[in-house]
Amino acid sequence: MLDKATQRVVELRDWADERFPVTAFWRDHLARYYAPKNLNFWYFFGSLALLMLVMQLLTGIFLTMNYKPTAGTAFASVEYIMRDVNWGWLIRYMHSTGASFFFIVIYLHMFRAMLYGSYRAPRELLWLFGMLIFAVLMAEAFMGYLLPWGQMSFWGAQVIISLFGAIPYIGDELALWIRGDFVVADATLNRFFAFHVIAFPLLLIGLVMFHMISLHSVGSNNPDGIEIKKHKDKDGIPLDGIPFHPYYTVKDLIGVVIFLMLFSAVLFYAPEMGGWFLEKDNFVPANPLKTPEHIAPLWYFTPFYAILRAVPDKFLGVVAMGASIAVLFLLPWLDRSPVKSIRQRGALFKIALTTFVISFIGLAYLGTVAATPIATLFSRIFSVLYFAFFLLMPIYSKMDKTKPIPERVT
Amino acid sequence: MSSNEIDHGRRRMLLAATAAMGGIGVAYVATPFVLSMDPSERAKAAGAPIAVDISKLRPGQLMTVEWRGKPVWVLRRNESMLAAMAQIASQLRDANSDELSQQPHYAKNPYRSINPEYMVMVGICTHLGCAPTYRPEFAPPDLGPEWKGGFFCPCHGSRYDLAGRVYSGVPAPSNLVVPPYHYVSETRLSIGIDPEAV
Repeated sequence: MLDKATQRVVELRDWADERFPVTAFWRDHLARYYAPKNLNFWYFFGSLALLMLVMQLLTGIFLTMNYKPTAGTAFASVEYIMRDVNWGWLIRYMHSTGASFFFIVIYLHMFRAMLYGSYRAPRELLWLFGMLIFAVLMAEAFMGYLLPWGQMSFWGAQVIISLFGAIPYIGDELALWIRGDFVVADATLNRFFAFHVIAFPLLLIGLVMFHMISLHSVGSNNPDGIEIKKHKDKDGIPLDGIPFHPYYTVKDLIGVVIFLMLFSAVLFYAPEMGGWFLEKDNFVPANPLKTPEHIAPLWYFTPFYAILRAVPDKFLGVVAMGASIAVLFLLPWLDRSPVKSIRQRGALFKIALTTFVISFIGLAYLGTVAATPIATLFSRIFSVLYFAFFLLMPIYSKMDKTKPIPERVT
Repeated sequence: MSSNEIDHGRRRMLLAATAAMGGIGVAYVATPFVLSMDPSERAKAAGAPIAVDISKLRPGQLMTVEWRGKPVWVLRRNESMLAAMAQIASQLRDANSDELSQQPHYAKNPYRSINPEYMVMVGICTHLGCAPTYRPEFAPPDLGPEWKGGFFCPCHGSRYDLAGRVYSGVPAPSNLVVPPYHYVSETRLSIGIDPEAV
C-alpha cells in the first residue's frame, strides 16, 4: 500500500500522462531504450558532444548580454567582458575553449563511426544528419570567430569569404552579397552575429534532434558491428542490450567527470592553449589595411585549409577543399565491405585507416605553418592520400580479407 | 461518374497548381530578404572617389591609401625598377595584361599605369584577399636569387612584380587590380574615377 504522498505523485503523473506523454518518453528513450552492452570508451563522445552544445548555448547567451556587434565597439566589448564584467573572463573562456573542445569531441565521435562502421546500413541517415551537424558547426565556428573583431577574425573572414569569389561567373557578386560591403566590414560583422547567435544554433538543435530520433529508431551500433535486434528474448528485448538508464547514464556521467577535469585544466591554466585555441594576433584590433604576417585558421579547420593551399589553382583549390568535406557524406556508399567493425576487417582497411589518420593529422599541422615549398609538397602528398582513402574504398574494402561476424556480442 | 468517386487527375492538377502558386509566393517573399543582404546605399555611397597628394613620394617609396575600405597602393618606381621589370616578362602569367577585368584600358600597357613612374593598384592579393608585402630589394635570401623586386603575399606565397603582374606557378590566378584613377594635376591623383568620366 502506497503512502499518501507517493499516491499524490502517482496521481499527478497520471494526470500529466493523459495530456502529455511524459512516462512514454522516459520509457522509450531512457528506461526501456536498449543499447548494446559492449559500448566502450569511444561511445563517450556522443553524450559529450551534447554536453558541449549545451555549454556553448548557455555561455553564448550570457556573452550576448555584454557583447556589441558593431565594427566600432566589438573588440572593446570583448575586452570589457574579459576585464570588467563579473566572471566575464570565465564565461568568455568557457565559450572559446569550448569551441575547440567541441571539435575535439566531434572529430573523435566521427572517428568512432569510422572504426566500427557506424555509418553503414541501416544508419546512413544517422551519418548524414551527423555530417550536416558537422558542416553547420563549422559555419557556426567560423562566424563566431569574426565576432571579437581582432586581426585574425578579420583576415580569416576575408580569406574564407574570398573563396566564394573563385566560383565562376557569380563568384564576385556572391562574395559581395555575403559581406554586404566591398570588404569585410560592419555589415558583415552584424550579420555574422545574427547567424551565429540565432540562425545556426536553431539549425543545430533541429539537426541534433533528427540525429537522435534517427539513432533511437535504428539503435546504436557497437564495437562488434552486429545488430543486437536480431536476438531478442520472448518479451522482445534484445539479449545483448541493457537499458540506457541507468546503465549508460551512469557510464556517461563518468565520462563527463573525466572530460570536465581535462576541460577545466585547459580553461583555467591555458585557455589560449599557446595560440592554438585563440590566436595571438586576435588580441590586436582588426586593421583592414594591414594583413598579419601569417594567416592561419584555428586548428579545427587546418586539414581542409591545407588541402586548399595544396592546389596551385584558385578555383580548383576551392573545389578540392569542398570535396574533402563532401566526400565524407558519401562514406556509407563507398564502403563495400561485408563487415562493419574494424574487429572483423582485414589488413587492407587497417592500413588505409592508419594512412588516413596520419594524412589528416599531417594536413592539420601543415595548415598552420607558412607555405614553404617543402610544406606544400607534403600537403600535396597528404591530400592525395586523404582522397585515396575515400575514392579507393569501394575497391580495397571489397578485396579485404575479413573475419566472420559473430552472432552475439563478445 | 458518380459524386462519390474521386477524380484523381483533377486532384493532382489542383495540388500541382496550388503548390506552384505557393512556390511563386515564397520566391516573391524571399526576394526582399535576400536583397537586404546586398551592400546598402550607405555602403555604396562610402565608395566615392578619393584625392591623393603624391608630391612627397620619393623614388622607390610606397604609400597606402584607403578606398572603399581597401588598401590602394601608390608606388613611385625608380629607373632601375622600371628596367628590371622589362627582363622578367617570361616568368609572368599575364605579362601583357590581357585579362581586361584586372585594369582599366588606359592601364593596359607594359607598366600598367598612366605615367610609368607612378603605379596605382589595389593591395589585395587576387588569390584570397590578403595584403601582399612590398619587397623592393633584389634577390633577398627568402625569395631567391631571381627576385627583381615586387610584392610577396605571406599567406600563400603568391608573387607579383612591381606592376602587380602575377608570376607563373603561384596560387594567385591574376594580376593585382588597377582601380580607375586619373591625374587631377602633376602631383594629385583621384582614385575611383576614370579620366574620361571627369
